[in-house]
Amino acid sequence: MKKAQEHTAPKKYGMVIDLDKCTGCGACMAACMAENNVPFREDETDKNLSITWLRVYKLTNGKKFPNADVCYLPRPCMHCEGHHGHSPCVSVCPATATDYSYDTGIVSQIYTRCFGCRYCMAACPYHVRYFNWWDPVWPEGMEKMLSPNVSVRTRGVVEKCSFCFHRYQIAMEKVRYEGRAELAEDEYQTACTQACPANAITFGDLNNHDHAVYKLKTHPDAFRLLERLGTNPKVYYISSREWVRRQGDNYLENEGKVVAKAH
Amino acid sequence: MNIARRSFLAFLIGGAAGTALSPLPWKLTDDLSIWTQTWPWTPVPPDGEYSYVNSVCTLCPGGCGITVRKVDNRAVKIEGMAGHPVNDGGICILGASGLQLLYGPRRVKAPMRRVGERGEGKWETISWDEAIAAAAEKLEGIRSAGNPQGVACMVGDRYGTVPSLFERFMTAYGSPNFMSDAAIEDSYRITLNLMHGKNAIPGFDAGNADFVVSFGSGVIEGWGSPVRMFLAHGKWKDENKTLVQVEPRLSNTAAKADKWVAVQPGTEAVLALSMAYVIIKENLYDKSFVAENAAAFEDWRDDEGKTYPGFKTFVLNGFSPADASKVTGVDPSLIVSLARSFAGAEKPLALCGRGKGNTPGSLHEFMAVHALNGLVGAINRPGGVWAIDVPDYVTWPKPGLDEAARAGLEKPRVDGADGGAYPYTESIISGFADGVNSGSAGYGVEALLVSGANPLYTLRDAQAVRKAFDSIGFVVSFSSYMDETAAQADLILPNHTYLERRQDVPAPFGLNMPVIGMSRPVVPPQFDTRQVGDSLMGIARKMGGSVGDAFGWESYEACLKETMGAAWETLEKDGILVKADYAPEGWGEAFNTPSKKFQFFTGAYRHGENKDLMSQMKIEGEAADFPLILIPYDSMRLASGPVADTPFMAKTIEEDVLIHDDVYVQVNPATAASLNLREGKVAELTTPVGKARVRVHLSEGIGEGVIALPTGLGHWANSKYIAGKGVNVNRLMSPVADPVSGLDAAWGIRAKLARA
Ligand code: SF4
Ligand code: SF4
Ligand code: SF4
Repeated sequence: MKKAQEHTAPKKYGMVIDLDKCTGCGACMAACMAENNVPFREDETDKNLSITWLRVYKLTNGKKFPNADVCYLPRPCMHCEGHHGHSPCVSVCPATATDYSYDTGIVSQIYTRCFGCRYCMAACPYHVRYFNWWDPVWPEGMEKMLSPNVSVRTRGVVEKCSFCFHRYQIAMEKVRYEGRAELAEDEYQTACTQACPANAITFGDLNNHDHAVYKLKTHPDAFRLLERLGTNPKVYYISSREWVRRQGDNYLENEGKVVAKAH
Repeated sequence: MNIARRSFLAFLIGGAAGTALSPLPWKLTDDLSIWTQTWPWTPVPPDGEYSYVNSVCTLCPGGCGITVRKVDNRAVKIEGMAGHPVNDGGICILGASGLQLLYGPRRVKAPMRRVGERGEGKWETISWDEAIAAAAEKLEGIRSAGNPQGVACMVGDRYGTVPSLFERFMTAYGSPNFMSDAAIEDSYRITLNLMHGKNAIPGFDAGNADFVVSFGSGVIEGWGSPVRMFLAHGKWKDENKTLVQVEPRLSNTAAKADKWVAVQPGTEAVLALSMAYVIIKENLYDKSFVAENAAAFEDWRDDEGKTYPGFKTFVLNGFSPADASKVTGVDPSLIVSLARSFAGAEKPLALCGRGKGNTPGSLHEFMAVHALNGLVGAINRPGGVWAIDVPDYVTWPKPGLDEAARAGLEKPRVDGADGGAYPYTESIISGFADGVNSGSAGYGVEALLVSGANPLYTLRDAQAVRKAFDSIGFVVSFSSYMDETAAQADLILPNHTYLERRQDVPAPFGLNMPVIGMSRPVVPPQFDTRQVGDSLMGIARKMGGSVGDAFGWESYEACLKETMGAAWETLEKDGILVKADYAPEGWGEAFNTPSKKFQFFTGAYRHGENKDLMSQMKIEGEAADFPLILIPYDSMRLASGPVADTPFMAKTIEEDVLIHDDVYVQVNPATAASLNLREGKVAELTTPVGKARVRVHLSEGIGEGVIALPTGLGHWANSKYIAGKGVNVNRLMSPVADPVSGLDAAWGIRAKLARA
């Protein structure tokens, strides 16, 4: 089994989300919740407390009727690479409960290590992290739909989008079992990508020439959120609307065109 | 904010680097997390054998293929079925959270009989035998007392075996009062009947159109088969096709469109006809189609020599862009350019039916929009509207009728859908409450059977509907969930959910090919429920006589199998039967009107209606008392049909829609200022039929004088995750009968808003 032991090139999983196609329908959010055993409560209207690994934000252009415009922006974890894996959240976690993987580029969250100091939540500029203030409660019978692939969180821990890392693990197991060296592009896709009825989300290895994201990230209208913070996120957005691209990084009125620096 | 966050970040990075170097905090935090996380009540989902079952989602008329992931006998996730002709792997938010309905807290777990007051929530669980006997006995009593017509029935879908079984039951029993939930499909069906002479449902080859004008249709908000429309929308983006959205409010579709035309609410038909004016005036129409395949374009004469104005005369006499602009508020030059682009496109397509299409709408508007398609020849061709024959696979011989049945069937309908006033309409569910309350049919309604519908929530003027319900002595619900209607019933015979039953799923709305789907049990029934077809046949058999004889099948499944005939095997195997090589009928065979041509307006009304073709649908209320216009709006994140939002969906309701239990009403800032209302303020919203507490949300997405509320909120039965939140906009609206179809055509209602 020499082949299986060969080193595979490090991957950098990332996403390109086409905001021109995203309809704001929210299917990605529900698919994510179902995939990852996300809990829910009776009142979820306080969005700071509402655990949504993937949250679809609504942006408005601020113009008056009938020149007003709206754009939806799905926001998973950006899986920031920072400089060589120094993601803002990873750098501050005293428990190494969150870590940057150099093999996949995925920022993990290990619930059994997290003790709830919430430094990472303060450090994350994208508000992708949520704290479990309460133990999750499923109405009687609904625990039947919980997936064994993702551990159920308890009160006191932080959770966030994992790029459905368990799907990567399951796919890799299969690859190893079959003695292959590489994972094909469609063998590992996140739940939101799979669900999106508008095909707005593309997921893959940003390092791999053959993956769709490789080319898409260099689209002339591609940008990343708060790019200038140096967080080096691995989620790219495409929008043909200049006002949307500008809101992606709090641009000043008279600054030039927004362009992404490629990974 | 940006700067502050950056410095905060730098501070934290420094702090954390120091602690991480020492092993001690490591150990401590490890212990700490062990201590804080070993709660016995946190479930550990058991692992097991994985399997995948393909089926069809029936939570809306979309008919998407689904693949359900199972671990042993538990269904853990619903995904879109890859390669399915409707949705090709995509899924909507409701479909993706469907397991929360299956395993949800509001399942009706066994047959139940009401013991307390109606709606009090006191039930006793009874056996199936008792439940069937109770229903049969009551219905038999009404029948033998000579009032079989006094039993009414409401179903959700119109086609397929289950609605047909109910229809058959009503016929054999002797009541004309069979009704199905109405939607834009009904208006389209009547439009195609009048203009094509076909008993057909519309198919839209949307993906292949290159210039789409949507008159308020929520192309990405659940109109048609929702996922299919999302895919079409994505294709338009990829291929640089154009979408123009005509709508008074900045909906998601309007925001995504290449052009949003903010029209005055309720004047969409005028805009369509004004576009027709430009197309005719400038000679831009498809001359060969109009000359060879259309009738009543020019003035025409009937057999008796009477002349009628043709479409051309009609349009040129009243719909110049200058005139239309006064009504619609749309700039004349925009109307002209829109008309030119539409007619100049290779594959133009015009759509109508507002929002998700849950309200049928004005037939005049449908015909105006369809006339636009006719003018450019976008009929039965790639990228156009296709007339697809209604599903006709249910071909059972007529049931035998006894004397009582024959007498009952002679009686007038309660909902007014009788030959006289509305010759094209089969049933008018929105007219039922009025019919009951006014006693217009001349007999009392004593019992009501409800299956697949939730009229107490979805019908407008909820007070009137409630009053009608209160007067009906015996209400039987076949619902799987404790919805608003089930909560007011006397007897519940719970159906399996769509994930537990086998059932045909005919014709997803708007698909341009004939398709039959088949849902199958993904998991065994979780509770003591029964496929509704079996419950109904059980009741019929218990009643015996000609009613029982009408149902000779051994079981529902036997009936389904027999009905599907040769198709059964394919349906069992693939879950879907597609006529893959389907092509629309050529223009030569496409029209079965008296002229064998496409009929423009005056030619279409074969019964010589004397209806004012230009009458705009007036909504209820007077401007003097109610200065504002309230319009409802639909959203994918709010299920607004018979089923309510799942807990996952409720999580995604946006912060400008709901805060705690208060719904936001969208108000233009200038309107709000004139009423002295500010963002977030509590206000009282009043319409001629109801009042509600709301909060104000200032929005530039809506014009002055118009306000908007979301559909899908204000449930009162249902789970605590959605019940008690916001207002049911149907409670504030009043149905307005369309003069041609009689179906509900209310696109809004007059309203006022005041500080609370
Ligand atoms: S599922 Fe797709 S279209 Fe819908 S909100 Fe998510 S990204 Fe947007
Ligand atoms: S988005 Fe936030 S949580 Fe995700 S890697 Fe970046 S800093 Fe960490
Ligand atoms: S669009 Fe309709 S049929 Fe398709 S998944 Fe959603 S609810 Fe089900």
